[in-house]
Amino acid sequence: MIEAIGLSKRYGDTLAVDDLSFTVPPGAVTGFLGPNGAGKSTTMRLILGLDAPTCGTVTVNGKPYRSLRRPLFEVGALLEAKAVHGGRSAFNHLMSLALSNGIPRSRVEKVLEQVGLRSVARKRSGGFSLGMGQRLGIAAALLGDPGVLIFDEPVNGLDPEGVLWIRTLLKALAAEGRTVFLSSHLMSEMAITADRLIVIGRGRLIAQTTIEDFLSGGDGSFVRARSAEADALAVLLQARGGTVVRQSVDTLHVTGVDAGAVGEIARTAGVALLELSTRQSTLEQRYMELTGDSVDYRTAEDPSVPAPNRN
Amino acid sequence: MTALAPARTQMSHRPLTGLLDVLRSEFLKLRSVPSTFWTLTVAVLSNVGLGAASGAVLAGRLSASEKATADGVRLALAGIHLSQIAFGVLGVLVITGEYGTGMIRATLSAVPQRRTVLTAKALVFTATALVVGTLSSFGAYFAFQAALPAGDSLKSSLADPGVLRAVFGGGLYLAALGLLGLGLGAVIRVSAGAIAVLFGLLFVPPILLAMLPHSWQTTVGPYVPMQAGEQIYVAVSHEAAALAPWAGFGVFTLYAAFALGLGLFLINRRDA
Repeated sequence: MIEAIGLSKRYGDTLAVDDLSFTVPPGAVTGFLGPNGAGKSTTMRLILGLDAPTCGTVTVNGKPYRSLRRPLFEVGALLEAKAVHGGRSAFNHLMSLALSNGIPRSRVEKVLEQVGLRSVARKRSGGFSLGMGQRLGIAAALLGDPGVLIFDEPVNGLDPEGVLWIRTLLKALAAEGRTVFLSSHLMSEMAITADRLIVIGRGRLIAQTTIEDFLSGGDGSFVRARSAEADALAVLLQARGGTVVRQSVDTLHVTGVDAGAVGEIARTAGVALLELSTRQSTLEQRYMELTGDSVDYRTAEDPSVPAPNRN
Repeated sequence: MTALAPARTQMSHRPLTGLLDVLRSEFLKLRSVPSTFWTLTVAVLSNVGLGAASGAVLAGRLSASEKATADGVRLALAGIHLSQIAFGVLGVLVITGEYGTGMIRATLSAVPQRRTVLTAKALVFTATALVVGTLSSFGAYFAFQAALPAGDSLKSSLADPGVLRAVFGGGLYLAALGLLGLGLGAVIRVSAGAIAVLFGLLFVPPILLAMLPHSWQTTVGPYVPMQAGEQIYVAVSHEAAALAPWAGFGVFTLYAAFALGLGLFLINRRDA
């Protein structure tokens, strides 16, 4: 369980995190979404006590991170890939972290095995690929077998096999009752992996909800109805307060009236339906809709295109 | 993943994070990077090598009167002029290496008690530097004696006045200098900047003093870091204005203590 209340962080003139309150519950994968510069990484550093909040509080299992003793047993974090000394081997990197929290060597061997780095454990981590660096970071997060896991962009640099591995791992960790908090800019990945979402833009909370509610709430969801008598149906639907967009001769996109009501109206009027379905917006559409006003970095020509990923 | 669950119950009831655990962690970190091995190897080689070279070369070059005013231990420890750079750089890198690579965030996530981390780093580094510095200081002394021709007036024994203290002093000086580097590294956090400030502090004051009036050289001169510190590895000083060995070393360690104290003060106040 991670809980932020009124969390704010100012760097000079920039308010990176602005009065952010959210809860990350146990037993679920909670995705953390937001455009570049929205304050995701800052928030994660605040959770881990690496940066001090300007105001507000954030606690892990009810305690501020800096008050934790042997925190690796409670919280595991992957902040940035390859935040390791390149001259040190993977084993020694993990072992030095393990020693500081009294974690036995056998556990280091075990996580190395688990992330698939055992064969290169004695090699200098400076020669690791980005994907291997991510695996090493994940191994470090798992060291103390913690109940809370925080991952900043964990699939960065992983090959498809690695992405699948991470997805399975995160879901399994959540299924064991752990709190899993994950940021990613890969919307499709988030849609598959996360159960819940926290969306921020310009440091402020935009949405905090389940994936299903998030997707169904947007402008992008509509009812698609096909009928040979589309004109007649359109008039009936408009009379009931629906907004109808004519897509083709026999196809209507309806908002404001749900599929069940459309079917009922059609039956009453004796209009035969060829197709009736609900289309949800994609995570990407919803995300663009909600964060459209809060994207800090855009190209000048086309305001709808966010600038290239700065990471 | 089900394999994780039993491990959690086994390991969750541990006592408080102790300094001892952090010391073990920091000692492994120090040992497990190649830069430690190489800087210390260079330091040992320059101490012992230059000790032998200075014995072999100086015996024939110096006049009898020059030998009378020279200090045998200081000549034997000529390598310190080189090895101090290695010790200083290593002291800086112990902490700036973590900031440079981002490792500091993993370290402070594992041990949020930041002053414990910095204290453990300082203790582990000081112990290592003392051992290597003292051994190489004795190595340099004996290499110098062995390289001198039999009966040369520069020869001394460890029983002579001040000699044992001065040879141990070589190790003390190197360890304290490294600690000054570590303190500056904790304050400045960037390798290049901290190394520049460290050696600026050591090498620039003597140059500035040389340009100032003589009265300055005798009043301020003895207190600048290197002049104060090096008295500890001089057996018998022939400089009238110089501080006594332990007084000088005391002043030198105050510089280190100040830098480290500032580092300890700042580490809890800054974002990592």
